[in-house]
Amino acid sequence: MAAPLLPPPPDPQFVLRGTQSAVNALHFCGGTQAQGCPLLFSGSQSGLVHIWSLQTRRAVATLDGHGGQSVTWLQTLPQGPQLLSQGRDLQLCLWDLAEGRNTIVDSVHLKSVGFCRSSILVEEQLRWMLAVPGKDNDEVQILEMPSKTSVCTLKPEADAKPGMPMCLGLWQADTSLRPLLLVGYEDGSVALWDISERKVCSRIACHGEPVMGLDFDSQKARGISGSAGKELAVWSLDGQQALQVRHIHELTNPGIADIMIRPDRKILATAGWDHRIRIFHWRTMKPLAVLAFHSASVHCVAFAADGLLAAGSKDQRISIWSLYPHT
Amino acid sequence: MEPARSAVGLSVREAVHTLQSSEDGGRVLSVLGSLRRYLRGAEEPALPDEQEEFAAKHFATVLRCLVGRLSPRWLQLSPGGRLEQLWGSFFLEGPADQAFLVLMEAIEGTVGPSFHLMKMAQLLARFLSEGRMAALMEEQCRPQTKPGFPLLQETLLSKVVSLPDHLGNRLHQDNLAQFFPQNYFPLLGEEAVRVLQAVVDSLRGGLHCSVSFVSRVLGKVCIQGRHKEILGRLVPQLTALTQGSCLWQRVCWRLVEQVPDGAMEAVLAGLVEAAPGPEVLSRLLGNLVVKNKKAQFVMTRKLLFLQYRCTTHMLQSLLGYLAMDNQRRPLLIQVLRELLETWGSRSAVRHTPLAQQRYISTAVLICLAHLGEPELRDSREELLASMMAGVKCRLDSSLPAVRRLGMIVAEVISARIHPEGPPLRFQYEDDELSREMLALATPRPAGDSSLEAGGSSLDPGVAETPAEIVEGSVPAAGLQGSDSELDSDDEFVPYDMSGDKELKSSKAPQYVRDCMEALTTFEGKDMERWEAALQALEGLIHRNPEATREVSVELAKVLLHLEERTCVAGFEKLRQRALVAVTVTDPARVAEHLTSQFYALNYSLRQRMDILDVLTLAAQELSRPGRLGRSPQHSSLGPGTQSSPALPASQSGSAMAPDWRVVVENRIRSKTRRFSKGAPRQEPAGGPNEFASVAGCFFFPLIQHFDRPLVTFDLLGDDQLVLGRLTHTLGALMYLAVNTTVAVPMGKALLEFVWALRFHVDTYVRQGLLSAVSSVLLSVPAERLLEDLPDELLEARSWLAGESVTSQEFQIQKGRQVAERVLGACTQVHRRG
Repeated sequence: MAAPLLPPPPDPQFVLRGTQSAVNALHFCGGTQAQGCPLLFSGSQSGLVHIWSLQTRRAVATLDGHGGQSVTWLQTLPQGPQLLSQGRDLQLCLWDLAEGRNTIVDSVHLKSVGFCRSSILVEEQLRWMLAVPGKDNDEVQILEMPSKTSVCTLKPEADAKPGMPMCLGLWQADTSLRPLLLVGYEDGSVALWDISERKVCSRIACHGEPVMGLDFDSQKARGISGSAGKELAVWSLDGQQALQVRHIHELTNPGIADIMIRPDRKILATAGWDHRIRIFHWRTMKPLAVLAFHSASVHCVAFAADGLLAAGSKDQRISIWSLYPHT
Repeated sequence: MEPARSAVGLSVREAVHTLQSSEDGGRVLSVLGSLRRYLRGAEEPALPDEQEEFAAKHFATVLRCLVGRLSPRWLQLSPGGRLEQLWGSFFLEGPADQAFLVLMEAIEGTVGPSFHLMKMAQLLARFLSEGRMAALMEEQCRPQTKPGFPLLQETLLSKVVSLPDHLGNRLHQDNLAQFFPQNYFPLLGEEAVRVLQAVVDSLRGGLHCSVSFVSRVLGKVCIQGRHKEILGRLVPQLTALTQGSCLWQRVCWRLVEQVPDGAMEAVLAGLVEAAPGPEVLSRLLGNLVVKNKKAQFVMTRKLLFLQYRCTTHMLQSLLGYLAMDNQRRPLLIQVLRELLETWGSRSAVRHTPLAQQRYISTAVLICLAHLGEPELRDSREELLASMMAGVKCRLDSSLPAVRRLGMIVAEVISARIHPEGPPLRFQYEDDELSREMLALATPRPAGDSSLEAGGSSLDPGVAETPAEIVEGSVPAAGLQGSDSELDSDDEFVPYDMSGDKELKSSKAPQYVRDCMEALTTFEGKDMERWEAALQALEGLIHRNPEATREVSVELAKVLLHLEERTCVAGFEKLRQRALVAVTVTDPARVAEHLTSQFYALNYSLRQRMDILDVLTLAAQELSRPGRLGRSPQHSSLGPGTQSSPALPASQSGSAMAPDWRVVVENRIRSKTRRFSKGAPRQEPAGGPNEFASVAGCFFFPLIQHFDRPLVTFDLLGDDQLVLGRLTHTLGALMYLAVNTTVAVPMGKALLEFVWALRFHVDTYVRQGLLSAVSSVLLSVPAERLLEDLPDELLEARSWLAGESVTSQEFQIQKGRQVAERVLGACTQVHRRG
């Protein structure tokens, strides 16, 4: 209709360089809180975690705790400036960053060498739940933190054979206290686990390729998953805790490394193996933008609380975008 | 009897005498009244014998006398037009044949327009409108015993049929509408139906009758080419009348049978055309083709093989007619056999016009649709042999339409002859012709009579409408369903996503040499690099002409031998463009290489034709004015098309550039007031024709060796397709060399080339020669033509004149037009000289 009048795709607001290896994980911290200016954490292939100030656009600190092995996941905890980092050295480290410190205060030994990122669910101050890939190929382990006690191991039924878990999403409905876990498996299926009952509530096969990333909107009870294939799947959860595929969106090029819904649940971003970041309208899944800035596959995307988008790529750059700002 | 006859004779003689001399109205009236008694159907009639004698002997005399007396003054003798009425009644009520003959005689005998002539013409018009013509013909259908009868009938026949001509000749502008052929012959048709009705009635009454006079009338009218008018009336009525009546059918059969041999073809062709379908034709003709040799010849040979004017509908009627009866079916099989023989004959393919080939093919398909499995089985071998021969020589043809015909017919034949075997499938474009042909091949339902019944039998099956599609129970849109938030999409205006293309994982090479290397690696694993190289090559060549020149010949070699190894979209185009780019960059050396390879041993025809195409395109690109200093535009080859700056999308770095430029230009335009409107024009920049210096390298090596056959390549033999392409290419090169000094020797060589090939059998080659001659005329200045090559020009001219005639014979419309146009140009050149 108005096709010829479309504006050209935007440029990044700024670009962070200097990780000197591929960026595998990104995480925003602060922004709206009283901690001052927002920080961006990036985990690189070389095992370093960089802490970037978005004000000066410089790295303020570098954390080296994974022995040169790739960092795959970063997450901050709400209490105090504490950072969780997962590395391919099978360590999940807890960093204390308060008052300029950068020391590892605790670490969890992981048993899986896969690429599966962990997930946390903060239940109350000082207590949180951690989901990590388990010892056996298809297991997910739930730990009570910071005590590191293993709550349970979620192992699919013997005949299911979903393959390895590829991505995890811990969440809790507003109305109930039962923690739930979404797992994307290697065979392309997404399963919903009820942790307290240790059973699969529902499982849908929505991809033909391994699920590489998923995100869930607990308010709308809808989630989205991307895989190594060409399709994005939007699924929803009904009252009986059953997953249903709502919509399949076909992409131009196969391969999604990461997927994230913006905190205000208006848009979502995907990190594509085709070097492009794609922006969709979350409610309608209308494609909004294709950001072709990176020259190698994009490994991760992250949204800040104020809506800033960061994308880390194999080309060692982190691009920061400001799209469709909050109103 | 003798006294009675003499009594009639006496009274008639007396009456005639009175009529000729008397000026007294009352007397004339009474005499006429007494004569009227002898006419049939008068009040107080005379004895039948007397009437008969009057009719046979004296009627004509009386009529001639009446005609002779006719004048305004004579008609005034009795007031109130009574005399005129009585006068006319003799013609309208007496024996029709004599009245007609006398009228015609009188009209023919009058010189120039006059009252007399007009009166006679009006009387004749009344004669026609009162149905006397039917009476006339009916009379002739009765058994006749009189001596001299055939002679009289012959005269009558010719007068009846040629009435419009005679009247037209006499009356000129005053001719009455009734006598126009378009009105007269339909009337004649209706009268004929009435005659046939009378014949049927009298046959029912047990009387003997003959329809031969009507047949002869019909035959003669049809010979005169008026079959549309007369049969247009006759056939529909007969169609209705013969339905369900055996007697009528037999009368009809007899009617056609009695048509003289000389007129049989005209009548049958007319009937086939006028009949709405084979059923009707079958009712009207019966088994005529079996009984009558002439009819058989016309129907099975003449209409099918010796002419090709029948429409598809007529063919369907004709062949359907042959198929409808068991006695006629052997004829159909024989027809099919002969049709296929013609279809498969090499000389027929080469020497008959395309329209006739299509006609024969159509007939073959219709025959096949009518014939059943067992009938085909008997002559399977023979049919198969003919088909194979036909397919072979058709596929060899250089005309696409002929090839297509071959494919379609071969598919259908093989499907019918070998229904159990694997189906033969050709790849051809699905167009109107092929659909029409294939539709013919499907057998029609047996009782297809909706045409003839005048729409009375409606098709009940058509009205049925498919059940409405029930809407899917699961609504597809579930996305918006549970959303309570009413956030509008207005704030989420999508950005331009046109750049979202499929990603090629490997990078395109950056240098021409890299491309060559990528193209020559034979490992299957690096196909993506190979594709990327192919796609990037043309741009690289344009950007780095220096680097290209270093490797131009090798690159051309690589490209020429390149084979499609993956399914790259537009492989042929990419390769061709790259080759053209190389040739343009380094014309002399690459052209030398390509032309030498054209006559080299180990190339396929495809490659040789590629060479020709590339040379033509490169020459076109080189000769384009203002080529230098402009970014390469592939699509717009025509000179002078200055398109908006649309950069190739692949240059992602500069992708942003056009946008701001457009914005700025728009802004400037909106702020600038111009006093004169009009498209901003750019003067075409003058520059040297780059093709001029290398035209010889392109042209002469190509034209030199065409007559030296190789083991693998024989231009004058089987590879006439390439020869056709070569002639076209040479013509194009000649044309592109306009305004160059080398044009004159090129033109000379080309005219000699044309002379050597002027009698080539292939149409495509001859078309190429025509284009070559025309480009010589265009490119070589007229004075040089006349000065340097007068002999060649004369020879070309004589050939063109002959070619124009030949093309006409073969109905190659285009060929003829071109030949004539070129001939015209040639003549002009001469005249100017």
